[in-house]
Amino acid sequence: MIIRKAAVAKFLDGLLKEYAVYIPRRREGYSEYTPLDPGSGYFWQGLNTQKPPKELLFPHGETLYSYRLRSDGVELRTHFDEEKRVLFGIRPCDAKGFCYLDRVFTRQDYQDVYYQTRRNNTVLIGLACLAPTTTCFCTSLGGGPFDTEGLDLLWVDLGERYAVRVLAPKGEALIKGRPEFVPAGEADWQAVRELEGGALGKMAPVLDLSGLKKRLDENYSDSVWDRVFEKCIGCAACTYLCPTCHCFDLSYEVEGSQGLCVRTWDSCAFPLFTLHASGHNPRPTGKERFRQRVMHKFRYFVENWGVMSCVGCGRCIIHCPVNLDIRDVLRQIIAGVSA
Amino acid sequence: MKNPYLPLPMRIEKITVETGDKSLKTFSLGFVREEDQRRFSFVPGQFAEVGIFGKGEAPFGIASSPMDTTRVEFTVYKVPGGTVTTALHEACVGYVVGMRGPYGNGFPLGAMQGCDILIIGGGFAFTTLRSLVNYMLHSDNRARFGRIQIIYGAREPGLLLYKEELAEWQQRNDLALTLTVDRCTPADGWTGCVGVVPKVLQEARPPAANTYTVVCGPPVMIRFTLPVLQELGFGPERILLSLEMKMKCGIGVCGRCNIGHKYVCKDGPVFSLAELSQLPSEY
Ligand SMILES: Cc1cc2nc3c(=O)[nH]c(=O)nc-3n(C[C@H](O)[C@H](O)[C@H](O)COP(=O)(O)OP(=O)(O)OC[C@H]3O[C@@H](n4cnc5c(N)ncnc54)[C@H](O)[C@@H]3O)c2cc1C
Ligand code: SF4
Ligand code: SF4
Ligand code: FES
Repeated sequence: MIIRKAAVAKFLDGLLKEYAVYIPRRREGYSEYTPLDPGSGYFWQGLNTQKPPKELLFPHGETLYSYRLRSDGVELRTHFDEEKRVLFGIRPCDAKGFCYLDRVFTRQDYQDVYYQTRRNNTVLIGLACLAPTTTCFCTSLGGGPFDTEGLDLLWVDLGERYAVRVLAPKGEALIKGRPEFVPAGEADWQAVRELEGGALGKMAPVLDLSGLKKRLDENYSDSVWDRVFEKCIGCAACTYLCPTCHCFDLSYEVEGSQGLCVRTWDSCAFPLFTLHASGHNPRPTGKERFRQRVMHKFRYFVENWGVMSCVGCGRCIIHCPVNLDIRDVLRQIIAGVSA
Repeated sequence: MKNPYLPLPMRIEKITVETGDKSLKTFSLGFVREEDQRRFSFVPGQFAEVGIFGKGEAPFGIASSPMDTTRVEFTVYKVPGGTVTTALHEACVGYVVGMRGPYGNGFPLGAMQGCDILIIGGGFAFTTLRSLVNYMLHSDNRARFGRIQIIYGAREPGLLLYKEELAEWQQRNDLALTLTVDRCTPADGWTGCVGVVPKVLQEARPPAANTYTVVCGPPVMIRFTLPVLQELGFGPERILLSLEMKMKCGIGVCGRCNIGHKYVCKDGPVFSLAELSQLPSEY
């Protein structure tokens, strides 16, 4: 389908009758997904937001239940966030990130009701990346600037208009019968293919990760781990901002005889993450913790789910305060450089 | 959809102080809601997250037998400075706590059936072993297992758990129980063995043929017990260990208890020595 840019604001205002719409926006040097207000128009930039849209399905902090102690026991109340949402302008890599969170949070044996409720109520409208940056490496991980995995619609900027690829029933339902959309012609799809070729041409050369898993299977005790972590200060920015990292903590917030059980993001970069009550810590230094991060993404996740849990969004590279570049780490591992 | 994070309300019905130093108490929890009692079932070796509302939750092995469906028991060591274990130790009969679970794989009862069972326990890690023994001793189950031999040790006589039950077991003729302590004073009136578990095991020389061994205890005990088992001819596939890690969710999602690609909370806590040897030694 095709929609003129001039008609997008109207389409969005229409959506707002039924959905909350979140779009990536930059404000005072900081970018994140924020709710769109009716009639506010939209300013759409294909943004690699600092914070990933992960928090819209798996918030940084959320209440799992509230409790109230009573003389005869306890009263528990759950609250599910059932807001119907459209994420508008999500990048293909971030959408793919949700596919990895899906594997963890919607398993056969346990369903994370909180995540799944949000997931079922969320429609993902992607925006193809026309200008990948130097830190993007999605193509090394099976993705691409026009990748469609996890998306319900993919929009491609054709200048005055967007070409819209319909990818899933949820996306179809969203635009069905909307007068702003007209069928696209072959010339439009030809333009899309050319833009995709152009975007791919701007990507850094693909990292060959084919030998990575095998190296990681063998190099647990290698000296490479003694060096790659050295710069890391354990701030956990890389894991908090990663669209596929899912580790969390559970704790209580208390007010007298009542309170909340809250879930908050946590990170394998923190020493307390694995500290036993006895004082023993199976990952006592930055070396073991950094190794866990790499092993989890590129080895353990592959063993459990068949894919590497990195989408190549580049956030961990951009925001690491000490410029620790995961691509360099992977290169060193593959090269098997030993000190 | 079942909510895996929502605890069942459980009432503390009985508290037994297990050891002379009061550092270990057994909490017998009853179901506040009858429907929870009907739905709850588990196998020995599984654990649950027990929580004090407002303080936190912690994983504890289920110490009662699954044949007893009216209550669930946990034996809790009060960790110095520990939030949840201290709050539990301060709780009184009648207090309502939360319980989520059961979690983990438990002991492989199917595979263990028809085999002789050797149980080696040390210190306060005997909790799930007690569940297993009482399960096997139940009249519905006893015939499905062969010879049962137990070697259980503690630093001193006062630190052995479940003393009354141990005395009952000692009277039975369908189980061989050896109790041992590292040290004792004449005032203890101890009549059992003196010596660390690995040494007692070496002297007892239990036969390895067609036997499953379950080893639970402090790391040093395990470290010195495994070579003895090996020497006696026990194969790593039939030596079972139960691991402990820092845990939160109990369902393999919060990401903190993994050893390699296995989550101890979900894929464990029971692993055979053969399985463990395939994993990184990060525990
Ligand atoms: C599968 C499994 C089964 C278990 N079964 C049993 C059982 O049957 N019985 C039993 O008694 N135990 C059992 N445990 C162990 C039990 O879970 C722990 O003892 C319990 O979690 C301790 O909780 P806590 O809140 O009291 O301690 P915490 O408050 O979590 O920790 C106490 C100690 O941890 C350290 N610590 C904690 N937070 C910090 C911090 N911020 N900074 C520095 N240090 C810190 C300190 O040393 C502190 O004293 C089991 C564990 C597992 C995994
Ligand atoms: S590891 Fe880095 S590049 Fe990969 S998905 Fe996470 S933040 Fe993005
Ligand atoms: S962002 Fe950089 S310094 Fe911070 S934990 Fe990650 S690798 Fe270490
Ligand atoms: S306790 Fe959360 S993953 Fe095991």
